[in-house]
Amino acid sequence: MNESQAWARAYYRLRQNWLSLVGLVLVVFLLVVALAGNQLAPYPEHISGSVDTAMRFQAPSSAHWMGTNEMGQDVLSLVLGGARISLFGGLAVVVLAAVVGTMVGAVAGYFGGWTDEVLMRLADLKLTLPGLILAMAVAAALGAGTMNMVLAISLSWWPGFARLVRGEVISKREEVYVLAARALGAGSVRIMWRHILPNILSPIIVKMSLDVGFAVLTVASLGFVGIGVKPPTPEWGLMLSTARGFLPDYWWTAIFPGLAIFLTVLSFNLLGDGLRDVLDPRSRR
Amino acid sequence: MLHYIVRRILLLLPVLLGLSMMVFAIGRLLPGDPVLLAAGPNATKEEVAALAVEFGLDKPVAVQYWNYLTGLLHGDWGRSLQSRGPVLEDLKVFLPATLELVLAAMLIAVVFGILLGLLAAVKRNGWIDYSVRLVSLASISMPRFFLGLLLQLVFAMWLGWASLGGRFPLIASPPPLVTGMLTIDSLLAGDLPSFLLALQYLALPAMAMSLSPLATITRMMRASTMEVLQQDYMLTARALGIPPGKLLRKYVLRNALTSTLTVIGLYFGWLLGGTVLVESVFDWPGIGLYATKAIMMQDFMPIMGVVLTIGTLFVTFNLLIDLLYGVINPKVRLG
Repeated sequence: MNESQAWARAYYRLRQNWLSLVGLVLVVFLLVVALAGNQLAPYPEHISGSVDTAMRFQAPSSAHWMGTNEMGQDVLSLVLGGARISLFGGLAVVVLAAVVGTMVGAVAGYFGGWTDEVLMRLADLKLTLPGLILAMAVAAALGAGTMNMVLAISLSWWPGFARLVRGEVISKREEVYVLAARALGAGSVRIMWRHILPNILSPIIVKMSLDVGFAVLTVASLGFVGIGVKPPTPEWGLMLSTARGFLPDYWWTAIFPGLAIFLTVLSFNLLGDGLRDVLDPRSRR
Repeated sequence: MLHYIVRRILLLLPVLLGLSMMVFAIGRLLPGDPVLLAAGPNATKEEVAALAVEFGLDKPVAVQYWNYLTGLLHGDWGRSLQSRGPVLEDLKVFLPATLELVLAAMLIAVVFGILLGLLAAVKRNGWIDYSVRLVSLASISMPRFFLGLLLQLVFAMWLGWASLGGRFPLIASPPPLVTGMLTIDSLLAGDLPSFLLALQYLALPAMAMSLSPLATITRMMRASTMEVLQQDYMLTARALGIPPGKLLRKYVLRNALTSTLTVIGLYFGWLLGGTVLVESVFDWPGIGLYATKAIMMQDFMPIMGVVLTIGTLFVTFNLLIDLLYGVINPKVRLG
């Protein structure tokens, strides 16, 4: 099967499942919003922190589709502006965790023995620790900022990838083509990078796509407890937590950021679910 | 069997040792100077140094770890820099609240998850199956803190059916302390009004916590039931004329439960660590809220205590689950 046929088949399988297609469309839409949020927002100045105290707590109307908050800022603009942090944060966490996890898992699986024992016990231990509390503690200690938050979350995210990659590497390392490469004098790094890694890419990609949604959720969770991004940067979790104080009268300040988190996580999960069926047909239910 | 249990418990020791080491390392590697924070901005150099000596922070790291470890074994889990109180005492107060919440959420998730999963698998590919799939994906995607907020808005603020937050009314006297879990304690005391009162506070946070494990258990149960239904022994059993109800109970449920149990075990730890968000929405005085406050003040000992407690509970619970396999499914006899 050549490249274009493979893509055509993948697309065909994805199309079979309309829920995943909805996910794909939503994810593309969200990416556009994340990139062009400031241009799409009706009141872009509110994203960068300017306030309009005369317009506090306006209910949703044609001028403010999602109403205004306690500082008279347009909630729709803030929700659009917040997409950037959430999506960038979620994607960055998953990429970082995948890179670190893949390296650890590949080394453990390829070399086996003591290296494997030590690295995997470390990963197992990490899995028993409460990831969210750990991420909160590290993020708080590192101080506010998007990069610190991403680092803190990835710290408890890599073991999942390490376990996955280790298992895959172990199953591939006895393959004949690895033996052939070694017979030709290829070194360990070359064998792993050129021969094993390309063959285990699809389960890694599947896990990445399934994880993005939860990473976005974790970013929002940190914002909600008040760790990570600091105002005036709009962040959905932070907006939701601020809005708690104004319930039930000004419900729109809470509902819309909350819905934004929910929809984003759902879109990535729908897409991830579909991608798993496409790239990893064995796990098809 | 006994041999197996003893071996598993012995194997737990290095894990717990590793856990303590990792928790200690995290506590020490984090940037930020806890002593400076505790001393306050106006403290003199001498006061800071005295505090460091008081907390044993002036010794080499290896000595500090040894002291920490032996302290743990002697019931000295360090002291909170802020409250100056022993961490273990704080944990004793806050842990039952969290356990109550987690167990209640788990109960909801297990009961409804197994029922819904069975239903979806039996009616496979019908509209029930399809909606179960979509709803479960949506439930997993729902942020717990947002769900909690919505429940608060609807059931506490608009309808007034449940309480907004907290665990028990301040003016009422709680049932006599036995387990620390108010619902169980009130039942033990035969105090039905207190039980209902406690339930009013417990219901919403437990619901908010249960949604995502409920969805996962449903999916897992659906998948494993479908697998069991395709087995040859099911065909045989059906051919023998065993009534459908008994078929489902004796053959399907038992076989399908094994893989679902694994999920329950994994979720237990996840829930323990994940109560943080729900606890802060509902002001539920558990270890999550305790940890959050400690994190905000960079108070390391309580954070380490909470992390260690959750890790230990998680490992122990998963051991119990492993032992349960043999009870539920005789094919997995351990020896």
